[in-house]
Formats: sequence, C-alpha cells, structure tokens
Amino acid sequence: MTWVNDVIQGVMLGGFYGMLACGLALMFGLMRIINLAHGDIAVLGAYLIYVVLEHWNTSPFVAILPVLPVMLLLGYLLQRLLLERSLRSGMLVPLLTTFGLSIVIQNLLQQGFSPDVRSLGAQAGSVATASWQITSQLSIPAIGALTLGVAVVIFGGLQLFLSRTHSGRQMRATAQDPDTAELVGINSKAVYARATAIAVAIAAIGGMFLAIRSDFYPYSGPTYLIFAFEAVVIGGLGGSLWATLLGGIVLGVAQTIGGQINPEYPVLAGHVVFLLVLLSPRGGLVNLRRATA
Amino acid sequence: MSLLDIEALNLRHGLLEAVRDFTLSVAEGETVALVGANGAGKTTLLRAIAGAHRPSAGTISFDGVDVTRVAAYRRVQMGIALVPEGRRLFPALTVEENLLVAAQRRRPGRWTVDTVIEAFPMLARLRGRRAATLSGGEQQAAAIGRALITNPRLLLLDEVSLGLAPLAVEDVYRSLASVIAEGATVVLVEQDLTRAAAVADRVVCMLEGRIVLEGAGSELTREQITEAYFGLRRSQALDA
Repeated sequence: MTWVNDVIQGVMLGGFYGMLACGLALMFGLMRIINLAHGDIAVLGAYLIYVVLEHWNTSPFVAILPVLPVMLLLGYLLQRLLLERSLRSGMLVPLLTTFGLSIVIQNLLQQGFSPDVRSLGAQAGSVATASWQITSQLSIPAIGALTLGVAVVIFGGLQLFLSRTHSGRQMRATAQDPDTAELVGINSKAVYARATAIAVAIAAIGGMFLAIRSDFYPYSGPTYLIFAFEAVVIGGLGGSLWATLLGGIVLGVAQTIGGQINPEYPVLAGHVVFLLVLLSPRGGLVNLRRATA
Repeated sequence: MSLLDIEALNLRHGLLEAVRDFTLSVAEGETVALVGANGAGKTTLLRAIAGAHRPSAGTISFDGVDVTRVAAYRRVQMGIALVPEGRRLFPALTVEENLLVAAQRRRPGRWTVDTVIEAFPMLARLRGRRAATLSGGEQQAAAIGRALITNPRLLLLDEVSLGLAPLAVEDVYRSLASVIAEGATVVLVEQDLTRAAAVADRVVCMLEGRIVLEGAGSELTREQITEAYFGLRRSQALDA
C-alpha cells in the first residue's frame, strides 16, 4: 500500500514538474531555445506574488492574478529585446544569453529581497496542509491534488489554444517551418514573442506552487530548472505537450519511489531515470536528434 | 505600368553570386516563365521577390513601391505569394489548417478555403488529413491553394511539376490554367521547356545568374531555348 501511496504522491509531484517544464518545452519546441533562466523566472514569479501579499492580505492564489499580466509583459519584452537579437547569431548565443539572464535575476533578487529563505505556505491557508485520508497508509494532500489539477488545466488549455485558435495555428506552423511561415504571411517574431510571454506566465504559476509547497530564496531557480529540463527530456524533446506532463509525472514518481527506498535517494532516482531515458535507443535522445535535424 | 520591377539585382549565397545584375519587368496580367539549368539562380530569384532572400544590391519594386527591404510576411499582405520549391506544406498541420494559416492575413478577394477546394476538387476529401500524409500531387495542389488563398496580385511558382507523376502535373496545370486565364500575374520556374513555352506569355532563360535569352513563348523555338539553357552559343543567344 505504501507503494500505491508513493505513486500517487509522485503523480501529483509530477504535475508540479510538468507545470515548470511546460514553458521550457514551449520555447524549445518553437524556437529551439533552451531557456536556462526558466527556473529563475519561476522564482521571480514567486517573489512578485510575495510583494503583492506584503501589500494585500490575501491568498497567493489571488495574489497571482495581478502578477500574471506583469509576467506576460516581461516575457514579451524578454523575447523582443533580448532573445530575438540572440537568435540571429545561431543556436548557442540564446543559450549564453539565458545563462547570463539567470545570474542577473538571481543577483537582483538577492539585492532586492535579501538571501532569506521564504515560503508562501502560511498565506495559502488550509490548502497547504489539508489532506484526505483514504486509508491508514493512503492520504491525498489537497495541495498535491490542486497542483495536478492546475497542471492538467494548463496543458489542456495550451493544447486547445494551439489547435483551435489562429494564434495557436501560427505557432505550430512557425515551429515546423519558420521560413515558409513568413512566406504565408506570418510574422514569426511576433509569434515568438507571444509564445515567450505565455511560457513566462506559466513559469510564474509554477513559481507560485513552488513557494506554497516548499520554501524559496533567490538561488532556488537552477534546481527546479534541472527538474523541469529532465521532465522535458523524459517526455521527448519536440514531442507533444502532453508528453512533457507525462515526463514530469515519470520524474515525480521516480523521485518518490527513490525516497521510499532511501530518504537520501529521491533526487538521485530522478536523475537515474532521466539518464536511462536519455540512453535508451527509443527514448529522449532519439527525439532530440529528430528535433534538431 | 509594370507590376514587378527588378533593377540591377544581385543575390548571393555567401561568396557565391547566384544572381548577377538582373533586370526584369513583369506587366500586370503577364505570365513569365523562368527556365535554366540547375544553379542558374531561378529559385533564389523567386525567393528574393517573395522576401525570403535579402539582395546584396539592386532593388525590387512591386506596384511602384520599393519592397527591397520589406519583410516577407508584409509582402504577402501586399499581394506577393510564393509556392516554394518542394511544396513546403506544414507537415503536421491538416490541409485545412495549412490553408487557414495563410488565410489569416489574406487580402480581400475571391479565394477562400471553399473556393480553393472548388478549384482543386481533390482537396475536398483531404481537408482533415495531415499534410505529411498526402501524395506529391495532392501536396502541390494544397501548396498552390495556400498561396492563392492570400489573394495575391503576383503569384510565384517554383517548379510545381518537380517530383510529380505526369498525370498529377496535368492536373496541377489544368487548375493553374484557369487561374492564369483570370488575369493573374504569374512568374513561374519550370524545367519542362515545352510546358513553359505553352503556358507563358514570355520565356526568360537564365544561365549563371544572368538572362541569356528572352522572348515570347510562342516565338522562341525549342532549339533556341536549349542552346541558351546550356550556354552553347552564348554570344548569339545574347543577340537574340
């Protein structure tokens, strides 16, 4: 029964990783940019929510509402002012740009908020601690169920957006063939900026759950970037969006089961599964080759 | 007045000069066929007119407006549409989505998803199929439809018969004939000289990035074109 419990906890943790991986996968799928600042952007989102909560006594789930448009705007500007220029110089330059951006965000957060460790768990109220006891060994925490639910809504919403709207169709067309997309009247730079805006806003939602589930400080980003990146690779780079959520769930389950075997193993178990997928002949690596071909 | 004016255009691929000092005017309603061996610069020229290749020198004017520095997607809105070599449909999008993506910025005109499917009846039953699963001829019809749906004033066709079965080529050209008959301005690249001469008002033969022979489709003989095509008697061809 503990194993069933572990799997359920892992699936819910996976929803959280999937949420963090979503924007990463979107930007890689569309522009072939690996955004090394993605984790820091999520943490930045958490700090912005923290700022809102300092002025307004409410729950983080409400405080994120004014933060989302700010993050959309930041994402748009990030693409227009920074990444668009970097993309002109090939694959490697955006990687360096986002690496630098990651350091800049970390240092600005340290400057502005001090290195203190914070959490938004208390402000989230009973949601952060409540759980449903199913059997003596099986309980479902409310925050876990909520995380997974929100992740499913985000992925489903993004999938609907990509398949049903004009803007989404433009994104898919541009991802498949940017050169031809321009030739049928698509402004690829505008498409890229819109996608980055969405990716950054979703990262902020991930940042909110990060801040409620555990604590955060200015340098929390890179750890979560690694988990998000592993989720994307396990799902298969260049694959479908749902595969990224599935990748997050595989990682989450691997971590909880690893933790069950030995409390020191969760992160290691996740890395091992990631490496196994990367090394398997039909796994992530195959998709990686196909994606960059 | 001419719809398209190309003045002293130079196009490069790195150090390679693909098109050199190229000057050409295309009148409204005219059909011009570009012929020439592989590497003569035809595809590069069409891509430059569409805005996908930045010239190193010279100007391209469309309807009296200098568009040399105008982005490709804006030229679509101005009325230039290219059917690229190799069709280049968005493989994971359905046929209908391929058309809709292009229709988003369409100019007002008679071409819509429905009229395109009327003109290419084979697309009717393929609407919901992913483009990657189509045969070559079907893909070509969809690619031409995708260009037409923007309601272009100038249609650029790059090797629409390349890699197609003869019957499929017939189908494609039969549909094109009606478009041309309606008075569309067309610049096309075609390897089949007989077909090029039949469909075009004017045939322009290119060799190593330059025009070596130019004349009415009905007047040029196959021999003249062949000689110019391979550069056999270049001096005489230039006199012609």
